[in-house]
Amino acid sequence: MSEVIVVTSGKGGVGKTTTSANVGTGLAKLGKKVCLIDTDIGLRNLDVVMGLENRIVYNLVDVVEGSCRIKQALIRDKRNPGLYLMPSAQTRDKSAVTPGQMVKVIEHLKEQFDYIILDCPAGIEQGFQNAIAGADRALVVTTPEVSAIRDADRIIGLLEANGFKRMDLIINRLRTEMVRRGDMMSASDVVDILAIPLIGIVPDDENVVISTNQGEPLVGSDAPAGRAYFNVCQRLLGRETPFLNFEKSISFWMKVSGIFRKV
Amino acid sequence: MRRLFRRKSSREVAKDRLKILLISDRVSCSPEMMEMIKQDIARVISKYMKIDTDHMEIQIGKTGAGGGRGMKSPMLYANIPIVDLHK
Repeated sequence: MSEVIVVTSGKGGVGKTTTSANVGTGLAKLGKKVCLIDTDIGLRNLDVVMGLENRIVYNLVDVVEGSCRIKQALIRDKRNPGLYLMPSAQTRDKSAVTPGQMVKVIEHLKEQFDYIILDCPAGIEQGFQNAIAGADRALVVTTPEVSAIRDADRIIGLLEANGFKRMDLIINRLRTEMVRRGDMMSASDVVDILAIPLIGIVPDDENVVISTNQGEPLVGSDAPAGRAYFNVCQRLLGRETPFLNFEKSISFWMKVSGIFRKV
Repeated sequence: MRRLFRRKSSREVAKDRLKILLISDRVSCSPEMMEMIKQDIARVISKYMKIDTDHMEIQIGKTGAGGGRGMKSPMLYANIPIVDLHK
């Protein structure tokens, strides 16, 4: 039984593509057959984050228009057996694909893959509608900032209106030090506000920039973000995984500073 | 030490702002519609008492009752200054 997951956020630049790349790669490392689809037509980026930009021949729009077979557009990631990418078109716009066509492509892919991960474009227009059309569940990515949380809330409302039952939250770029000082909303603050289940907390980690430079997702590495993304994958497979240590240290410090504040 | 005694951290400010912002976002009630509701309320109340329509305010806030997604359900608040109870 395959699962189709859309990675979405509303706001741009919060880490949808990085999350898609890492979750897809992580699931493949855990032995699953995974297909990543970049649905951001006109502004594709998942290929560069994955380091597969030089191997693109056909893309999603070619598949939809019947210019090639689905198999021809899939790029195999040689580093991770079972991992494939369907790139988006760079020279077209969102209207080149309809939600109905997306559903058809996904139905075909379901036959060969355990997980299909859709990297959603920013915004709530047609690109978003295309990305969510064939998905069963959603990963909502946000950062602990007012603008990103507001957009995430809007997205959650739209997903609910589209009949989504399973939505999980990933809080990206959390800065423990700032939370400790009371200058950033904590993970539990964000969960309080958005009120959907939390599936991952990814710390702000400069290794993410380095791995993007190199075109190799850091999931599974020892870097804090790499470990956090690996845990997200474990939870997606239904394996109970405790949240990383830095969460605990936050709550401890929050308590200490809370006591001082009361005094 | 100054930080410990500061009245409100930026984290709390952000959280409070978001809570209010999301209530109006979720209700998706346009300003035009709010204005129409306001005028209709004013007309009805004016039948029974004299009110100060220039200084009346209506807004949507949250209540104690349970709503969707863990948030409290929205409630319409109206502040209507009464000029004279007996018309």
